[in-house]
Formats: sequence, C-alpha cells, structure tokens
Amino acid sequence: MDKFSLLTATAAPLNLANVDTDKIIPARFLKTIKRTGLGKDLFWSLRYNEDGSEKPDFVLNQPKYRGAQILIAGENFGCGSSREHAPWALLDFGICCIIAPSFADIFHGNCFKNGILPIALPAEICAELMNDAALGPNARLTIDLENQVVIRPDGTRITFEVDAFRKHCLLNGLDDIGLTLAHAPAIDAYEARQPAWQPAITGV
Amino acid sequence: MTARTLFDKIWDAHVVDRMGDGTCVLYIDRHLVHEVTSPQAFEGLRLAGRKVRRTDATIAVADHNVPTEDRSHGIAEPESRLQVETLVRNVADFGVPYIPVTDARQGIVHIIGPEQGLSLPGMTIVCGDSHTSTHGAMGALAFGIGTSEVEHVLATQTLLQKPAKNMLVRVDGALPPGCTAKDIILAIIGRIGTAGGTGHVIEYAGEAIRALDMAGRMTVCNMSIEAGARAGLIAPDETTFSYIAGRPYAPKGEAFDEAVAYWRTLPTDDGAHYDKTVVLNAADIVPQVSWGTSPEAVVPITGAVPDPAAEPDEARRAQLQRMLDYMGLAAGQALAGLKVDVVFIGSCTNARIEDLRAAAAVAAGKHVAQNVRALVVPGSGLVKAQAEKEGLDKIFRDAGFEWREAGCSMCLGMNPDKLTPGQRCASTSNRNFEGRQGPGGRTHLLSPAMAAAAAVTGALVDVRELA
Repeated sequence: MDKFSLLTATAAPLNLANVDTDKIIPARFLKTIKRTGLGKDLFWSLRYNEDGSEKPDFVLNQPKYRGAQILIAGENFGCGSSREHAPWALLDFGICCIIAPSFADIFHGNCFKNGILPIALPAEICAELMNDAALGPNARLTIDLENQVVIRPDGTRITFEVDAFRKHCLLNGLDDIGLTLAHAPAIDAYEARQPAWQPAITGV
Repeated sequence: MTARTLFDKIWDAHVVDRMGDGTCVLYIDRHLVHEVTSPQAFEGLRLAGRKVRRTDATIAVADHNVPTEDRSHGIAEPESRLQVETLVRNVADFGVPYIPVTDARQGIVHIIGPEQGLSLPGMTIVCGDSHTSTHGAMGALAFGIGTSEVEHVLATQTLLQKPAKNMLVRVDGALPPGCTAKDIILAIIGRIGTAGGTGHVIEYAGEAIRALDMAGRMTVCNMSIEAGARAGLIAPDETTFSYIAGRPYAPKGEAFDEAVAYWRTLPTDDGAHYDKTVVLNAADIVPQVSWGTSPEAVVPITGAVPDPAAEPDEARRAQLQRMLDYMGLAAGQALAGLKVDVVFIGSCTNARIEDLRAAAAVAAGKHVAQNVRALVVPGSGLVKAQAEKEGLDKIFRDAGFEWREAGCSMCLGMNPDKLTPGQRCASTSNRNFEGRQGPGGRTHLLSPAMAAAAAVTGALVDVRELA
C-alpha cells in the first residue's frame, strides 16, 4: 500500500447522496481476478451511455476533472455491497481522497486498506467544498493527513477526525497483516482455550 | 458486573488482544469464501508466502457467477468460468474445504452456512459479502468484509476492529395475516433509512421477532446492511436450538448440550445499554413494496409513490425525482396495479424452503400472467431437493414459473440471469439500486408471497386480496 501524506489536487464535485457500490462499480465488472484496471469502469452508468460512449456532462468526463484526485460527495457514500472493487476502481482512476458528510461502514474501512483517505465533514462544510470543487483545477484542495486539515483554495483550514490507528497505517503505508502477526502468541493462546464443542470443518 | 448486550458478550469472548487506542484483534470462528471477493486475497497470500491459518474454520463455495440452468457442461461465460476455476485452484493449493458447483449442497453461501450447521450462536462469522449479516439470525456476530480483510482472516484468523455501537430494534405485538419477515425488515428500513444503522450492530427483539421461524429471522438479519448496520443479531432461543440440532456440522451429543448451555448465557442482560432504540408495532405493518432505487424508498402496497414537490429539502427533492425518473413512475402514483415484466423469487434474503412454500401457496392452481417471466431459484441444492420432495417444483412449473438451479441468480446482474433495460421486476432480493439486476432494470423489493401474487396477476398487488 502506498503511503498517504500530503496531497494537493483538483477535487471533483459529485453532488449525489447514497452513492452505492453498485453505482461505483457494477457487479458485471467484478469478474476480474486482479485489483487493477477497474478505473475505466468506475461509475459506469453515470459515466457512459448504453453504447459505451461517454456522457459529456458527467463530472469525471469533463476535461478539467479528468485528473481529479479528490472526490466531494453526498451523505452515506459507499453504501451497499462490501466489494473492495469500489475503492480499487476509484484508486485506479486516480482518486485517493473522498470527502463526504458520512460514509457506509464497510466501504469506509476498505478505503483505508488501499491507501484512500475518506474524510467525513459536516454537510454545510461539504457544501462549501463542493463550491470550491466547482471551480475546477483553479481551486485545488490540500489534504494534510499528518495535521488532519483540509486547506481550501483561500487558505482556510478545516480540521477533520481520523482514527489514530488507521492514520498511522496510512501515513506509513503499513500492511495490517504484518501488524497482526506480531500478535501471533496471543492468537495461539486464544485458540488453545477455545471450547471443545466448536466443530471443525473437516471431511467436506 | 455491568449488564451486557448480546453483541457485547460475543465481542468480549473474541478479543484476542487490545491495543492502546481500543483497536482489538478479534478472533474469527468461521470464514465463508466465495469466488468473487477471494481471488485477490489468495493471490496476496501467495505473494507474501503465507498460508491459510485455519483451513478447518474456512469453507468455500461458488454462488455469484454460476448459471442457474443445467450446469453439467460447466460455465459458458469465459470470465465467470475463470473466476470459479480460480477458486477451485485456490482452495486446492491452500487446502480449504470446498463445496463444488455440482454438489447437492452447493448454493448461496448465506443459505448453506446455517443449513449445514456451520453458523452457530455466539460465533464470529465473516465473508467477503455484505449479506453475511444473515447469519446473525443464529445469534452470531456476522458481518461482511472487503477482500483485504478476507486475506487478513485467511492469514491470521483475526481482524483488527473497534467495537460497533449497540442499537435495539424492537417489534412489539403480532404480525397481521399476509405479512412476513420481509415486510418487517422493509418497514424497519423505511423507518430508519439506509444509514440508520451506520456504526451500529442492530439487535432485533420483541414478540414479532421471537415468533419468527429461523428462515424469517434470517430474512430480517440479511437486510441489516440495507439499514447501514454491518451486522444484525437475534438472541438464540429454543427455536434456534431445535433448528441447529442434527445439522451436519453442528455439535452432537454431549458437545451439543455443552454448547446449548453456553448459548443460553448469550441473550442481553436486563438493563444493558443500547445507544439507540427504535420500536415498531407489528400490528401496523402492511405488505411492503419498494418504489425507488434505495431500500429505504419503500411504502405499503396500499400506498402511493411520494411527490417530490412536497419535499422541502432541495437535494432530497432532486434525489426523489431522479428515482422516479429511473423507475419510470409518476409522483403520487399508486403502486397496486403497476404492471411487471419479470418476477424473481430467490436470493440470500428469500430462497429458503419456507420462502418457496409461501410463494407456492399463492401460485398453486393459478398461472403466471401473459408476458411475465417468473423465475424460482432455490437458495441451495438441498432446498431444491426438499422443494421437489414436497411437490413445490410441480406447483411452480404447472403455474408457468421457471424452476432453476441454486445460486445468486438475478439478485445482482453478474450471471446470465439479468433484467434488460426498462424491465420492471418484482423481486424477493435485497437491493433495488440502479442497474443492480441488470443495466436499466427496475426493481421492486417485496416478500415471496407478494412476488408470487405479482406473477399470477401480472402486476403489483396486495397478496391479502388474492383469494
């Protein structure tokens, strides 16, 4: 996983609430056995016509937002399916930070596992950032994870909350599995005291 | 000792280690694996030279991609075939127990867990699928995870998590005739919204929940994620224990008695704290139908589609209008009488034998309306076999329904069972998102009895009015 520290980039406004993970990446694109290459299918139904041609009005099809690395979205972003293909598709497109009033739990967790920073901010602040984002590349936002601030184009600093452990992992690009394996003796001890009635799956 | 909820007790019993900031190393008792969300996880293990820590706590099955027609010649679609073949290779390489597509026990992962006695009270159960919440009906803490966490569990048998908050949803009184578990959960989601349970685990309680059989409890817990909650839970009781007794992987003899003694300690203590409480009266519940493209966009079948003009908030008004446009509906339109093109009876929400019995009871002696395609997709090979033993397949076939093989089918538009653009479907599945059942498809979520009623009348209809 790549480290996330300081990001200054164009933000794309996606003023929709309840963007579900089927909308981020429909199930028919989940047949891949890889993590990469999903960016072209990101937001398929919003981004393309049935014949595969681009919908010019969709925000990420507009030339000024094609290089956006930050997405400003509506409440409950990422609801629905647990598919990690959703953050993979966002990342493959180039999005590595999402700002919204709220996120669905599973999607929120999946972002951190892939070096994407989801930032929850009050709806009225998101509305202001949405206005900033409407200005395109002339109004880039800066995300400073170390200091937990979003810096607006006019220099205004907005602080945000982030789980300390997840922040640590993101800043250092840490692999969770490696961290957990440091607890191997505790896992061994836990397994040794598991109740005998709990059946093992054998002879399937 | 402080009074604890069912969730608190299961959580506490699975904490392996606790870090300074409250993040826990949480032990996972069961890991269910399917073909869509596991290939990259196994690949990650391979690249790091890691093994599956507990193959005897893990089981794999293919369900999302599999066609639901004759499968004796394999899977025709190359990408789907590759994904299932990749699972077969991965389970062989890593020694993970696997139920093959041709096995009678194959089916939707959330149907076969409880059916095989693999999902038991007090366990932690995970799967790379958000509908893992289904297993909460057993009194287990069960939740969906992403692929990175699938790899994490395969490698360590644990997850790094912080505890969720507790939410109680109590459904008092008795459910009126014609109403089912599906109507309860749709009514709950309609009330609290798709983010109503975010950050929480929902415990369902109250007389109407207690009165449900295990199939009904699974339907309720299944859709917890549609209310934003990662997990739903129902305290285990005699209904749970008698369901489990004798299942293939359930404990037997003395081990079963020992397990039951433990399971009886799990229900929430008197006076335990819930961060949020919602109470519904079962008597107020009417058969529910969704009208929009979010599971919270639900109304009683006796009701009408909302009018965006009545919504003061501009963003919400635009959202309502977008849903109406996508669904091809007019503001204020009644739902009863709306013509459907397809009826889908299946999915991890409603494809157990009890669901098929309820649908067959409505379909018996009637015929699927002209121009309607109706599919019945059992949740597992064993559900299919049981239905055939009871003659339900004959009832469905005689009535003009397609009787198919087990799988996720038309719930998610990933296998050949899909809607075409503009098609309107009465569906017993769990999500009505834009394009969920196929690009441009229009989904109305409802119960199996309501779906069967829509099939035989050709339109959304109040099942209570059908003689």
